[in-house]
Amino acid sequence: MVAIPSRHKSLVLLAGIIVLQVLLLAVQIKRESKGRLIRVWTVGAASPFERAGSYGFGWVRDLWRHYFALQNTTKENEQIRHENDALKLQITQLQGKAAEADRLAALLNFRQSHAGVPMIAARVIGASAGAASQTIQLDRGERDGIRKNMGVITPDGVVGKVVESYPNAAQVLLLTDKESGVGAMLADSRTQSPVGGQGEPLLVMKYVPNDDTVSLGERVITSGMDRIFPRDLPVGTVAEIKSGNPFKQIRIKPAANLERLEEVLVLLSLRPLEMKNEENTGDAQPHAPGAGNPPPVAKR
Amino acid sequence: MNDAFDIRGESHIEVHKFRAGAIIIATLLALVIQAAFPVHFSKAAILDLPLLVTIYFGLSRRNPSTGLLLGMVIGLLQDSLSGPTVPLGLYGIAKTIIGYLASSIGARLDTEHPAARFALTAAFFVAHQGLMVLTRRILLAQPEPWFSVHLFVAALVNAFVAVFLFLLLDRLRRN
Repeated sequence: MVAIPSRHKSLVLLAGIIVLQVLLLAVQIKRESKGRLIRVWTVGAASPFERAGSYGFGWVRDLWRHYFALQNTTKENEQIRHENDALKLQITQLQGKAAEADRLAALLNFRQSHAGVPMIAARVIGASAGAASQTIQLDRGERDGIRKNMGVITPDGVVGKVVESYPNAAQVLLLTDKESGVGAMLADSRTQSPVGGQGEPLLVMKYVPNDDTVSLGERVITSGMDRIFPRDLPVGTVAEIKSGNPFKQIRIKPAANLERLEEVLVLLSLRPLEMKNEENTGDAQPHAPGAGNPPPVAKR
Repeated sequence: MNDAFDIRGESHIEVHKFRAGAIIIATLLALVIQAAFPVHFSKAAILDLPLLVTIYFGLSRRNPSTGLLLGMVIGLLQDSLSGPTVPLGLYGIAKTIIGYLASSIGARLDTEHPAARFALTAAFFVAHQGLMVLTRRILLAQPEPWFSVHLFVAALVNAFVAVFLFLLLDRLRRN
């Protein structure tokens, strides 16, 4: 055995660990495995803390927005404000609850107007642990019937799709992620083209020929061609158009506020869906709720 | 504090020890806050708290083996919390090397002064991003730009936050 000088031991350890991780990367690429077991353990361990952290941050943020941030706006009322501190604190809490109730009411209205589409509301409890990906974590998972590749929306528009589902949590790849995409079309010209993310707030629409007419502010909606999202859901609006070769370079402002998501709806189906609302009752019959769904039973 | 430091050769630099569980708790808190904070404050995504914790404990412990192992664990945990689009090992490799470098530099320089901490953190942040881009380009064949204004701003913001975070973490040292 060749003795390694003690000052070189850490260097050897460094080299060994780097090689191991490079092999780990290679195995994931070769087998298209994403290390699910390790992720299940880590997310399972972290999600209760994230859930608690999310509620805690929300409480502090609401307190800050509705109380401390307003404290210096009207100095003349300072004395009165002190006398009413306790009352305002109570109001703050009620405002937070009212805002939450409004958001939930919007979700409920949307849910009721699309009663034929199986969906479930979920709360956002975490974001990506680094800037390398644009994901969010939901407080519902396999036990609630959520499966990989299900679509995620808000009443404003498309959010992304489920990329991993764990027993009590699910990870959603946002539309803004570089690897994200949705089948879309321009609402006026009906030109179809996928819309994807670039890791930035704006999305890109890649394959619109230069000859096609596109106008700023034009709505972009889902085409249904990706078999994840039903047709006619808002994706965004055209924010920037540049001519390119051979396709236009079109940037889209997402319809949903992807930087401030608190509650979302998960489309509980892995089969193509048809949105049916009050204005469009003559269209094709919706699938029965839960059609094509795996049963919402936890798998351990 | 005799049991809390050790004199290395001619450098006379302290090796700090921490209260029981401090490193584990600080690491887990950094990961959870990193995941939960941007939900409510989207601008907070510019911070890389797990990296700051790796740098701090590397600089303080001054043991390259400990530094790189801690970096590896933090990096792999961050990988697994970042969703399946981030392969296990991307943050792991970068943070392993940063943990090694931080503890090696910590063993040779006095890194207690806020200015030194600011400069080192900014340099380590840029190096960390460089390692990530290198890994993506060479091992994952994913083209990534080497430099952006966002990276420069993020390095400065993280270095600024590190100065105060490190002061907070100093309180976890065993007296």
